[in-house]
Amino acid sequence: MKIYQVAYKNLSSKKVRSGLTLLGIALSAWVLVSLFGFNRGYEKALNRDIDNMGFQVLVTAKGCPYEAATLMLKGGTGLRYMNESIVADVLKHPEVEKTTPMLMAAIFDPNKGESGGISAFLGVDPATYPQMKSYLKFQQGTWFSDPQAFEAVVGYEAAELEQREVGDKMLIPEKNIELTVVGVLSRTGTQDDGTIFVPLRTVQKVFEQEGKLTAIGVKIKKEANINLVEQKLYDLPDVQVVSLAQVKETIMSLISTAKMMVFSIALIAILIAMLGVVNTILMSVFERFQEIGIIKSIGAMPWDVFKLIWVETIILCLLGGGLGIGFSFALSKITEALIRSLLPYTPTGSLVVISGGLGLLTIAMVLGIGIVSGLYPAWRAARVRPLESIRSEGE
Amino acid sequence: MNCQDWALEATGITKIYKRGSEEIPALDNISLKIGRGEFVSFVGPSGSGKTTLVNILGCLDNASAGSLVLCGKTIFTESQKLSEAALTRIRRSVFGYIFQKFYLLPTLTVLENVALPFTFFKKEGASKNPQEILGSLGLEKRMNHLPGQLSGGEMQRVAIARALVNGPDILLADEPTGNLDSKRSQEIGEVLKRLNKQEGLTVLLVTHNLALAKLADRTVELRDGRIQDGKTA
Repeated sequence: MKIYQVAYKNLSSKKVRSGLTLLGIALSAWVLVSLFGFNRGYEKALNRDIDNMGFQVLVTAKGCPYEAATLMLKGGTGLRYMNESIVADVLKHPEVEKTTPMLMAAIFDPNKGESGGISAFLGVDPATYPQMKSYLKFQQGTWFSDPQAFEAVVGYEAAELEQREVGDKMLIPEKNIELTVVGVLSRTGTQDDGTIFVPLRTVQKVFEQEGKLTAIGVKIKKEANINLVEQKLYDLPDVQVVSLAQVKETIMSLISTAKMMVFSIALIAILIAMLGVVNTILMSVFERFQEIGIIKSIGAMPWDVFKLIWVETIILCLLGGGLGIGFSFALSKITEALIRSLLPYTPTGSLVVISGGLGLLTIAMVLGIGIVSGLYPAWRAARVRPLESIRSEGE
Repeated sequence: MNCQDWALEATGITKIYKRGSEEIPALDNISLKIGRGEFVSFVGPSGSGKTTLVNILGCLDNASAGSLVLCGKTIFTESQKLSEAALTRIRRSVFGYIFQKFYLLPTLTVLENVALPFTFFKKEGASKNPQEILGSLGLEKRMNHLPGQLSGGEMQRVAIARALVNGPDILLADEPTGNLDSKRSQEIGEVLKRLNKQEGLTVLLVTHNLALAKLADRTVELRDGRIQDGKTA
């Protein structure tokens, strides 16, 4: 019999206790893998969202920078307006390649969902917006027929949600105006999937915001220094400039607190699991005091006993770690939903990216924890003298 | 080690336990020789020192004073004590132990329990395999059972098989029948006698059971840490 077989059989003799310890380790490993996966996935997803924007700088009306960041990525609410004439001012700068004006309009729709909801329409310029968002592909139809048409292009998810197809009519609540769906976009994995696009002029007219914009997307020439252009744009009155780098920084700083908190919890979970392992193995050493003594009397050297107990710890940690990694793969969607509910802003796409490499890294970490946790109980066991156990029989 | 003539020679063995500043003498200047292939039983009332003596003779403990020569090799003297590792090396190549409690690992089968010493050490020249030993003790049909499925007598026979698997020169049995009824005790006594006579194994038996002690070639009676005069033959 090999030493690991003896160790495994010892562990299996206390099924409930070993099982609970194993579960503790598994949960810690799950948290660990998910956190590492999240660390990778979040930044990747955010970068992807930002790359898909089509423009590097967003000019918005002066207001809260977090709100501006949200507006840039999600469409946002609590809208502030600026004059359309700013577009011309922006274009005056030689570093600016092109711009696209946007007007976001939101209205309460009593028929949306069970108790009503907000319907948002993004007014975009048919002449510039499709060029800037050249990655947008159509599942059905195409862009608007006329810059003032009462038409809508619906994002993939919005179309799914509202069961829209090309040719359908959409009613703008309160305004009693019908829009004809002329295009349904393919899935992009970005916020565009949930957006309803309407020609800019139509939105301005319907929502009585003629000459107003909520944002201007600005594409900077490749050779230009973005930071310098940002500074220049800041000189325009009553606007704020949000660059993608800023947005990323803002979002990352927003989530860093949450990340820190989750990391601290994970660290505590790992420490608790580690103490659980030490406690379980130590208890089993004390319970098997006589058994260990007899193992030594039948020929085991102190190092053999040390190995036996150490191997028990390592088996627990490896099995627990493996189970935890299994959990993290199987339950990644739940983990993702949990994280989404915790964080103030989450990019679209996969937030938790778990790979085989990450699994191996976690196993290595859990193994490290096992090796350290097993040292003390193994040392205690190795010190047991056979006579001590035999003496307890009395003379 | 060469156990050609004397298996054991103990001289002036003294053992004193210390409890704080108090000294409790357990053995007082005991000298004895045990021949190769001899069956010796140690008897005496509780606290007489018989188990302490056999533990020292069996290298499970160091003496406070005295010397021990095992199969011609000096194990310890007044000035030289052995480390736990050194005692382990001697124990596993010379001795086989059985105790009142059987100490079988409950999760291992009978066969696995008997083969367990091989996990840690296999003595050169240990010619019998665990199955053979179990067969010779009438346990061939119990090999795949767990200890919990055996009777007390069977469990002790398994413990004997485990003690024999590495081919010891000396078998040390400390109250091996303490947990058994008289019929099972008799069975175990016969097994020890047979091992002594047929295999030539040196047997040191500590017992309260006088009927069992009578199976031995010689009985050593201890009282208050001393061998009773005229009580060793």
